[in-house]
Amino acid sequence: MTDQPPIISIRNVTKRFGTVTAVDDVSIDIKRGEFFALLGPSGCGKTTLLRMLAGFETASEGSIEIDGQPMLSVPPNRRPVNMVFQSYAVFPHMTVFDNVAYGLKVTGVPKAQVAGQVREALALVHLEDYGRRKPDQLSGGQRQRVALARALVKKPKVLLLDEPLSALDAKLREAMRLELVHLQHSVGITFVIVTHDQDEALSMADRAAVMDHGVVRQIAAPGTLYEHPNSRFVADFIGKMNLLEAKVAGVSGGRLAVEIDGLGRIDVPHEGDASGEIGIAVRPEKTRLSKEPPAGDLIGLKGKVSDVAYYGNESHVLLDTDTGVRFTTTVQNEVRRTDSSVLIGDNLWISWSPEDTLVLSE
Amino acid sequence: MEDWRKNKGAFATFLGPASFWLLVFFVIPLILVWVYSFGERGPQGQTYLALNFENYLRAIEPIHLGIFWKSVWIGAISTAVCLVVGFPVAMGIAFAPSRWKNPLLLIVVLPFFTNLLIRTYAWIAVLRTRGFLNFGIEWTHEKLDGLATLAGFPEAMGDFVPLELLYNQYAVIIGLVYVHLPFLILPLYATLEKLDRSYMEASLDLGAGQWRTFFSVLVPLVMPGIVSGALLVFILSMGNFLVPDLLGGTDSLMIGNLIAREYGAARDWPFGSALSFMIMYPVFIFFVINAMAARYRTHKRAAA
Repeated sequence: MTDQPPIISIRNVTKRFGTVTAVDDVSIDIKRGEFFALLGPSGCGKTTLLRMLAGFETASEGSIEIDGQPMLSVPPNRRPVNMVFQSYAVFPHMTVFDNVAYGLKVTGVPKAQVAGQVREALALVHLEDYGRRKPDQLSGGQRQRVALARALVKKPKVLLLDEPLSALDAKLREAMRLELVHLQHSVGITFVIVTHDQDEALSMADRAAVMDHGVVRQIAAPGTLYEHPNSRFVADFIGKMNLLEAKVAGVSGGRLAVEIDGLGRIDVPHEGDASGEIGIAVRPEKTRLSKEPPAGDLIGLKGKVSDVAYYGNESHVLLDTDTGVRFTTTVQNEVRRTDSSVLIGDNLWISWSPEDTLVLSE
Repeated sequence: MEDWRKNKGAFATFLGPASFWLLVFFVIPLILVWVYSFGERGPQGQTYLALNFENYLRAIEPIHLGIFWKSVWIGAISTAVCLVVGFPVAMGIAFAPSRWKNPLLLIVVLPFFTNLLIRTYAWIAVLRTRGFLNFGIEWTHEKLDGLATLAGFPEAMGDFVPLELLYNQYAVIIGLVYVHLPFLILPLYATLEKLDRSYMEASLDLGAGQWRTFFSVLVPLVMPGIVSGALLVFILSMGNFLVPDLLGGTDSLMIGNLIAREYGAARDWPFGSALSFMIMYPVFIFFVINAMAARYRTHKRAAA
């Protein structure tokens, strides 16, 4: 598996629109059969990159290879990829069947084979009985399934999905996430999905590239992105993060001593070198609240509760700490009660283990 | 805006003047013309109200039916030419960079700022025997003749004979296309402009070429714009009387000219009214069928 050449190889690709650089020197290898996510805030260049894979945009510099073939001068209709559009773009003047059959008919698949392949594709997305409907008789979720079937019936080497879940309501979105992953496993095609929703990327993708202002910040598996972000941007974009600015005071034997305003000097585990200004970060769910100062080698900060946001299964508590930084922590609502155990104005300690502390040099 | 039921006063204020205008200056005159169409022409060209079908019987005489038929044909050909010429223009404007769209649209409607009569006369200056087009052809002919003489074939090009471009059906069609082209481009542009580009991209993505995408996806999706533009051009061309009057020959009489003549020189308003309503009846029937079909579709959908 690992020895196989990548299905998509993006090499130093830059895309400029006039004076704006939408994609800036991006290089990504996507493995065969992988569920890959391009993740980033709007305007980060992820959709432009996807459109370059589909052939709707041409790279200003750099090269894109799909399955070993250079794609520079290949028009969209001759690329071995298919796309599920954000608006689905299901043709409103054709029935569901004709929509799915369109891609087969235009490439001259014999009529006798078209019907069978279309039925297969519709079965894959559980729309067997909808062939004769028109798109305006379908729900948003069903239209999206048509778009999926229409792309998959072409048996592409790569399926491109542009924000496929953004137009669905929250419940359906969660169900579709699972379904897309199952679908990808059953058809075995490489999926490349563009999303601005970190939950989507984390829950579906095998690997994700986090993009910001046209630049790839980190390419890694979801767990690595969450637990070992390589920069302040990735740490802050993926999940919630409490971030303190610190100065390196010394490095010795896998530990780093840092100086933080309002907290003093603390010791955290860190492999490798670091110097100057760095970020010290900890995820909210890895922190604890207590009335007393923490014991042992836990790192503790005193603060005052400024806000409590109730989410049902958990509450998010905002704490104004002595460092001047507002911390967020999550409290699991394990016991059934409607009054809060934490009240605004409480003076509490927030603490976490040095092992859960992230050092962000970028 | 709130529900009109709750706010009748406000709606009456807004709709009142327009409804009054339409009633007094459109509906009532139309009814008058319809009543006249059953009337009789007096000896001095007066209009006597009556109830006879003489005018309609005259209207369906072969000579008049022939004029109807020719009007429909010339209207249809003008519409077809407008479509072929206008579609690429509308597409070009709709897909142009956004800063170019308004200047380009302005160019399309710019001719409207000049009087129709002057624009039509201008075509006479272009098309007549001693017109600009013939001058251009003559100039080219002269140069080619000079070249042929230099090459040693002094007789090769022959003498220049000006082309008879004016006062025939072709001149009428050229004039009608020229006058009505914006009426096709504008509604078509509006439809193309609203069209989601991802439909075309999806078609390309699924393996269709540019032509296939154009005919299988783009054209069906902008059909409402094509129909409204084509209908507008067809109706305006068929009923036009100025262009055939100025650019047409003796055989270019169209239904508009006939009606104008009956109302004008012939002073036979009842017959002119009957001719007018010969065009109106098919339109009424079309709308009734259309409304019935729409009702049938909604019923069918509600049942399904």
